[in-house]
Amino acid sequence: MMMEKIALRSRMWLAGAALSAFVAASPAFAVTPADTLVEGFAIDDIISVDPAEAFELSTAEVTGNTYDLLIRIDLNDTSKVKGDLAESWTISDDGLVYTFKLKPGLKFASGNPITAADVAYSFERVVKLDLSPAFIINQFGITGDNVAEKAKAVDDTTFQFTVDKSYAPSFVLNCLSSTVGSVVDSKLVKEHAVAVTPDADHKWDNDFGNGWMKTGYAGSGPFKLREWKANEAVVMERNDNYWGEKPKLARVIYRHMKESSAQRLALQAGDIDVARNLEPNDLNAIADNKDLATVSAPKGTVWYISLNQKNEKLAKPEVRQAFKYLVDYDALGSTILKGIGEIHQTFLPKGDLGELDENPFKLDVAKAKELLEKAGLKDGFSVTMDVRNGQPTTAMAESIQQTAAQAGVKIEIIPGDGKQTLTKYRARNHDIYIGQWGQDYFDPNSNAQTFVSNPDNSDDGKTKTLAWRNAWDIPELTKQTEAALLEKDTAKRAAMYQELQKKALEESPFVIIHQQLEVAGLRANLKDFKLGPSFDTNFVSQVSKE
Amino acid sequence: MSAVEQQAGARGSGRALAIAGGIGRFLLIAATTYLGLLAVTFFIGRVIPIDPVLAVLGDRAPESVVERTRREMGLDLPLIEQFWIYIKAALNGDFGTSVLTTNPVMADIRRVFPATIELATVGTLIGTVLGIPLGVLAAVKRGSLADQFVRVVGLVGYSVPIFWLALLALVLFYAKLQWVAFPGRIDIVYQYTFTPVTGFYLLDSALQGQWDVFWDVFRHIVLPGALLGYFSLAYISRMTRSFMLNELSQEYVVAARAKGLSETRIIWGHALRNAAVPMVTVIALSYAGLLEGSVLTETVFSWPGIGLYITDSLQNADMNAVLGGTIVIGSVFIAINLFSDLLYKLLDPRTKVR
Repeated sequence: MMMEKIALRSRMWLAGAALSAFVAASPAFAVTPADTLVEGFAIDDIISVDPAEAFELSTAEVTGNTYDLLIRIDLNDTSKVKGDLAESWTISDDGLVYTFKLKPGLKFASGNPITAADVAYSFERVVKLDLSPAFIINQFGITGDNVAEKAKAVDDTTFQFTVDKSYAPSFVLNCLSSTVGSVVDSKLVKEHAVAVTPDADHKWDNDFGNGWMKTGYAGSGPFKLREWKANEAVVMERNDNYWGEKPKLARVIYRHMKESSAQRLALQAGDIDVARNLEPNDLNAIADNKDLATVSAPKGTVWYISLNQKNEKLAKPEVRQAFKYLVDYDALGSTILKGIGEIHQTFLPKGDLGELDENPFKLDVAKAKELLEKAGLKDGFSVTMDVRNGQPTTAMAESIQQTAAQAGVKIEIIPGDGKQTLTKYRARNHDIYIGQWGQDYFDPNSNAQTFVSNPDNSDDGKTKTLAWRNAWDIPELTKQTEAALLEKDTAKRAAMYQELQKKALEESPFVIIHQQLEVAGLRANLKDFKLGPSFDTNFVSQVSKE
Repeated sequence: MSAVEQQAGARGSGRALAIAGGIGRFLLIAATTYLGLLAVTFFIGRVIPIDPVLAVLGDRAPESVVERTRREMGLDLPLIEQFWIYIKAALNGDFGTSVLTTNPVMADIRRVFPATIELATVGTLIGTVLGIPLGVLAAVKRGSLADQFVRVVGLVGYSVPIFWLALLALVLFYAKLQWVAFPGRIDIVYQYTFTPVTGFYLLDSALQGQWDVFWDVFRHIVLPGALLGYFSLAYISRMTRSFMLNELSQEYVVAARAKGLSETRIIWGHALRNAAVPMVTVIALSYAGLLEGSVLTETVFSWPGIGLYITDSLQNADMNAVLGGTIVIGSVFIAINLFSDLLYKLLDPRTKVR
């Protein structure tokens, strides 16, 4: 018996020794390679890295870092553009023809020279493929049948783009600065084009390399895309043929990590340099850590609740206004949205041409009650709100539910998966919807067109803008939105958008709450890590490590 | 315990049932189950209130593109016709293309499934190697401190949510102590120098003699593997304990004791051998459970297996991938069940001669 006990003890001691050997053998603090930036990033929204097809937020960042455009948004003043591949450009007097002169001696990552023919082919494939982002180019009256004439190479370094109306130049240039205008290596893409049988939906005899480009790369940006492995990683490497200043780091890896808390742990341990999807509680948790820092930047995404005008109670103008007084903006801003959003009540995000920095609404239950009484709803009413699962949506909805109840408006929250609430919203079957809208391209028209324009309010209307989704019939505002597109004087154009925003504050069924702040946690040894004003301007080429 | 009941039914159906005939019957059951699985997943995928086009295009696509994509996906056809097309393709092993990865779903699954199998295998090995002795110990020393301990371990494993335990373990062993590696299966340093062959990284790295890679892979798998192992252990030890208690109260044990056999011999040589027969089913079920139940573990550990694949697909309403993944897991579940039933027959002498 005694012997057994001793034997047991010695066995336990052995186990303990083995354990400490294991501890000793484990390496010290984890670090990422010195020439590599590793970011933890939820990249499961990427479905294709072809600039003619991609329209997702994570992809925008990859495209922005790996492709060049003719012109880019000027980060010093985001209401302007500057040349990227284009050295200069001129606009004809009638406002229809834009002529771009390319910089000399440009090369793609493949080594092929960049010519105006590559630019023309890039536009041709966007228009002919006609995928999600193509409307940004199509809206200038360009179709598969006329693109050869409307977007053409005059000579090796001169590219001409012809639009159908005398639009505001700022509008045309802003659209050309979006990722859909990325210039692709036509020689390389054509090598990978596959023949297809033309049909009613696709009238052309080849796929313009789209099959290959979904995962392939044919660009000239500061980084070249080495590989995208769905739900695993995006790997970018320095492009030695880049025309501008070369990236400081040799490699950037976006590693797919879904969980905020997991990103935080990996960041703390040093396995990633940047955590991109931290939620407020994890941000708080790293706030005191001196090895870590955070950066943030407002993005062109606004969060709002909208009232379906098919619901006759919500359709009353006083009710629409009452809701704007039933949101506790201050409390939301200092709690749920702290660090991830800024209170913002107009539909143009900060940084856009014509932004209007006015937040006239505050929580005012008495005022809301007064308005409801005027609408004949003194005793309040009941209504449903479709809320996608996840934060901050759910917490925002619950806060609004509470404050609305103070005025007798009973909101029933219907939780659902994101795609599910969206399906219902797009079919106009909701009462109240809460969600966000990110602008499609960096121009005020993008948001104006969706919030205050609704050309056809019938159920089978062809342009299903947010105003349409909420059955808000506004012929007058629609006309004004169109007029702003044609205003050539940039200052006047800005004033027109401010006017539209004021009207929306007074009348619209949109209660706009805040503008999204994108925030990232990073290791303190990173230098010059910045987030841009849009997802395609989150550049990493200036980043270095100490 | 449907497998056990099935087994009991099979045992009762008479001696004429030869093993070969049994296999035939099982294949028939498997085929019907499989068809049922196809039908159920298809219709669930179609009745959920999510527009599949939305998954392909996102919220911002213009209406003309939406309409065209709807036609391309065949969603304008009558439901029954869509089902027929789906069945025909599925029987050929074609579950369509994943929206998320743009690859054929089967190609994706071939890529991600080994990660899950490797993890589940490690988990089951840990669970079996530790769970059986613990269960035996608890049964033999019934009511003792050791027994109480095993029961608490089992209860905790049964009731604690796995993602919570996983996060806690990460905080302790990864963030604080730095004993293990995270996230994923392998360090990024090796991700581009190591070429897997079978997809089982431990095996691949060992076969290629890349021991530094092996060590790295081990450091990645040990924590999620241990966690799954713990849950498997909890189940296996609980079942072992109850099977052993049952065996130890049998008359043959009394007879063996009367004959003067040593206690070790009785427990390990006789009782456990008899308990081993139903244990096969338990271990197989536990293994299958880890294959399908690793969804949360994989999410927390960023483990690129089939669980994470299905979760990501589900969140993006990528129905082809979700259905394909579900069917593959369902098929494996069916296969493991059938396999364990067959094994049961081979192990249990009573099913051969009666």
